[in-house]
Amino acid sequence: MHVHFLDPYRRRASPLHRLDPRVKFILVLAFILVVALTPIGAWPVYILLFAIVLSIEILSDLGVAYVLKRAVLALPFVLAALPVIFTTQGAPLLEIPVGSWTLVITQEGLARFISIALKSWISVQAAILLAASTPFPDLLVAMRAVKIPRLLVAVFGLMWRYLFVLVDEALRLMRARAARSGETGQAGTKPGGRLAWRARVAGGMAGNLFMRAFERSDRIYVAMLSRGYDGEVRATPLPALNQAGWLVLILGLAVLGLLIVLSILI
Amino acid sequence: MLLSPVAMHIPDGFLSPRVSIILWIVSIAIIAYALRRVGKDLGERQLPLMGVLAAAIFAGQMLNFTVVGGTSGHLMGAAIATILLGPWAAILVMTTVVGVQALIFQDGGLVVLGANIFNMAIVGVAVSYMIFRTVQRIAGGRKWGLFVGGFLAAWLSVEIAALATALELAVSGTSPANLAILAMAGIHALIGIGEGLITVGALAFINATRPDLLSAKEPAKGSNALLWIGGLLIALALVIVSPLASADPDGLEWVAEQQGFLINAQSPQYNIIPDYVLPGVSNEALATILAGVLGVLIVFGVALAVAYTRRGRQPSSSQ
Repeated sequence: MHVHFLDPYRRRASPLHRLDPRVKFILVLAFILVVALTPIGAWPVYILLFAIVLSIEILSDLGVAYVLKRAVLALPFVLAALPVIFTTQGAPLLEIPVGSWTLVITQEGLARFISIALKSWISVQAAILLAASTPFPDLLVAMRAVKIPRLLVAVFGLMWRYLFVLVDEALRLMRARAARSGETGQAGTKPGGRLAWRARVAGGMAGNLFMRAFERSDRIYVAMLSRGYDGEVRATPLPALNQAGWLVLILGLAVLGLLIVLSILI
Repeated sequence: MLLSPVAMHIPDGFLSPRVSIILWIVSIAIIAYALRRVGKDLGERQLPLMGVLAAAIFAGQMLNFTVVGGTSGHLMGAAIATILLGPWAAILVMTTVVGVQALIFQDGGLVVLGANIFNMAIVGVAVSYMIFRTVQRIAGGRKWGLFVGGFLAAWLSVEIAALATALELAVSGTSPANLAILAMAGIHALIGIGEGLITVGALAFINATRPDLLSAKEPAKGSNALLWIGGLLIALALVIVSPLASADPDGLEWVAEQQGFLINAQSPQYNIIPDYVLPGVSNEALATILAGVLGVLIVFGVALAVAYTRRGRQPSSSQ
């Protein structure tokens, strides 16, 4: 397996890693919901939210730098919100002449843009904390706890189990193509063949990948049958939540509730 | 490694809570129905197939080909999943793909996951299904129907899903409607061609090696007609609403204002994009709707005309 680097889980011995995955899952979702509910320009609440996420990052032993670096990767979408700087009506801050038009940066527009970017940045960090501190099988437990249907959870589980196998297959296909097409690896060199031909090659690779997936799923099915699979998805019952788990859950939700009240008051 | 080739995974913070929650409810209802259908119609074999195919679609999104310079074509996968698995299982598979991308790779947010599932799993699959079935029926079992249908399904599913994304951003007051919709529609019209070409290549490969996988993917009728109509309605609705919203962003901003999120509607000083208006119709809203409907009809008309001429030319090529 070459692509385990894809798995964001980082094994540590922190309190965050020990926390029950169900509590973590629910609190992270609630946290991101609170971030979403915080109105534009509620700066003190943003600072509090960021402080929470930052302190958990420190508590998690993952390294603040690791989380912040990953969080930046998810941000290019901010471009989509850039135009609101100019289109929101309000007190003009700066006028930029562009050809025959004038772009006007407004105070409200800038506040709106920064709010969107901050909210998205804080939310992404919470999601990273969840993924980096919880192994995927534990996330499946959390999904069952929030009553996601068993069939869907089973598809999630199977997908995760074979994800790395199939990503490996895809990487092998790409390596084979690179080996046969005399790729120089230098930037700026002209790609070979015509566009339609290159697309057909990539399409053939995708078809190949899907066919391998089909054949693999046949083998998996036979293997499941031989182990007693009868079409029913079964799972062991979930263990009861311990006291520490309840305590963290209730405290966490209470803090988030307070933050909502605060953001309404401001 | 770039894991999200198609700039369509909305991160948290970009949609208003109301839009997120409404789309969660819609997505959950449709997923619940899809689960029932899959549980009823399809055999127990389907479970491992769905899991592994979801993994394959995730991995398949890494396969790319150079278009020009630094840009490259990729796969979203809704169309190929629909063709290989049938619509209901495809909705579940795409839901799983989008869900893992959000949960593990932060490709798209968690509170907005309902919206991302709606765009990529539900709109993508419904539109793919509608187009693919229509072309297949016109083709009457001949092979070109597979490829023409596959290409159109892939292209249109990307385009309509992008329109849905842009509209959600605009309703949330995150992007101005006139810019977001035209930018998303324009970029994804090109991205969709890459999707279409890869999908056709994949279908050609599978057709040459395991043609049995591409036949008999049509279970019991009835409520699949419902999905066909759903796909058509989604496509039409978005094609009509988008130019309307684009030409008249105030309408959308009124919606945004109702949510208490927008400070005020604006009168752009930089009217970059000329309005979509039909000449000779005085009512502007009516004119934009007519223009949208006309566009859809023209596209369908051309597709049908091409299909029928092909049909006449090769009367005995069915197998």
